[in-house]
Amino acid sequence: MSSTQTHAPEIDAVTGTATTGHSWDGIAELNTPLPKWWLWIFYATIVWSFGYFVVYPSWPLATSHTTGVFGWTSRGEVASDIEDLKKLRSGNNAKLAAMPLADVTKDPQMLDFAKAQGKAAFGDNCAPCHGAGGGGAVGFPSLVDDDWLWGGKIDQIEQTIKFGVRSAHAETRAGAMTAFGTGSSPILKKDQIEQVADYVLTLSKQQADAKSAEAGKAVYAENCAVCHGDEGKGNQELGAPNLTDGIWLYGKDKAAIVYGVVNGRGGVMPNFAGRIDDATIKSLAVYVHQLGGGVK
Amino acid sequence: MAAQNTSLWSKHAIFEKNSIILVLGVLIVISFGGLVQIAPLFYLKSTIEKVEGMRPYTPLELAGRDIYVREGCYTCHSQMIRALKDEVERYGHYSLASESMYDRPFQWGSKRNGPDLARVGGKYSDDWQRAHLAAPRSVVPGSIMPNYAFLFNAELKVDRIAENMKVLQIEGVPYTDEQIANAAADARGQSNADDAGNSAFAKRWPTAVTRTVGATGKLTEADALVAYLQMLGTLVDFKVYDAKANLR
Repeated sequence: MSSTQTHAPEIDAVTGTATTGHSWDGIAELNTPLPKWWLWIFYATIVWSFGYFVVYPSWPLATSHTTGVFGWTSRGEVASDIEDLKKLRSGNNAKLAAMPLADVTKDPQMLDFAKAQGKAAFGDNCAPCHGAGGGGAVGFPSLVDDDWLWGGKIDQIEQTIKFGVRSAHAETRAGAMTAFGTGSSPILKKDQIEQVADYVLTLSKQQADAKSAEAGKAVYAENCAVCHGDEGKGNQELGAPNLTDGIWLYGKDKAAIVYGVVNGRGGVMPNFAGRIDDATIKSLAVYVHQLGGGVK
Repeated sequence: MAAQNTSLWSKHAIFEKNSIILVLGVLIVISFGGLVQIAPLFYLKSTIEKVEGMRPYTPLELAGRDIYVREGCYTCHSQMIRALKDEVERYGHYSLASESMYDRPFQWGSKRNGPDLARVGGKYSDDWQRAHLAAPRSVVPGSIMPNYAFLFNAELKVDRIAENMKVLQIEGVPYTDEQIANAAADARGQSNADDAGNSAFAKRWPTAVTRTVGATGKLTEADALVAYLQMLGTLVDFKVYDAKANLR
């Protein structure tokens, strides 16, 4: 290996190209110059950058930066993009915002528009909890059946979406299942809770200890009927579920019912007013209403 | 090719043949890039934005953030809504530099196997965050996120939070000594409105939101992580944010 580089580069006889002077076992390393076309493109990009400096914000100065001749900004661009988008949707959205929801369902063109817009908004805002198809999950209500906690009329759905359930909004739907079995002096004793759970099982015609259920009837009348109703049909004003329809948010077995009675339940739905605009909320109400369980 | 000896390119051979000169050359080129790109951000008024509402993380949120980092959430979730139409449509207002001002280090991330989380705070309920952390597929059938059920069994080590806050204070995060001294109590205070320390917490952290821990009453790592997730992107008051004054 030769390491002295002071002499003129050797020329490889076969290619006519200079060598680096390095050779290993008689094999020399060629110092092939960069292709001319590559170099010219490289130079061209440097020239291009000067145009870029002129047109776009680029160089920092003492107190500010060069802004470019057209004053382009990325934030300004997104603002105008959103503005264009709003304009594109403004015709139908303005109409939708001004229209009572009952009328929207009668206007086929607006209905189509609202359904399409609602479907897109549902995918991002609602699907994580209620499922992509609205089928729900344990603790998150199904929207495709006709069992509604807070009402299935289109206006009621809109209100729920707008203000949420037990949300941070002042106008939120509120109402809580009391915890009957926690704390140092629980409202109900352990055996009473077992009894009332057995009684609740019978409400939806499930198997239960008949004697215990009979005893639970009185416990129910005293503690539960005020919200869930004498017959267990629930109360949508309070978000108290119907206990007779065999549709269960947290599970239909006795353990789930006992847990609910002991600890209370109270799922939270965020308010979407303030997060998405009114026309989109209306579209969502229309979309959810027609998923299957909407009440006329 | 004797001509090569006299051309400018032959001078480049000096760098190629002397490693020390090459290193010095590289350093000069890189520091020029740094001087132009990084240094001005510290003094240019036009790149420093003022916003209302930013506050340092509360002890519970900070502990949650450490778990977020520990579990590598950033490898699949970004926290950076770019100033692009589609991103703003889906995730909300584009992220501002000032929203990361107390992040050491920031969690912008560069990959989105899952959605961006910069404004996930308040979008879903605490219950949903818990159900989803424990078993993502129980609520989102198509999810590929791993289960983090073990976080619900791991008790949060609240005694360590104060040390973290001390280090951040040295790095310039404006924690008061009182906030640091009460870190453990405030972590518990924020976790539950029924906690004895809740009112003292609310006094020290007036703009922070008290959360609801699960029925077990034990403060877990999952609770801290949920507290962190639920405040992401919620601090800046965009009602008073002047977008026109901050165009860039």
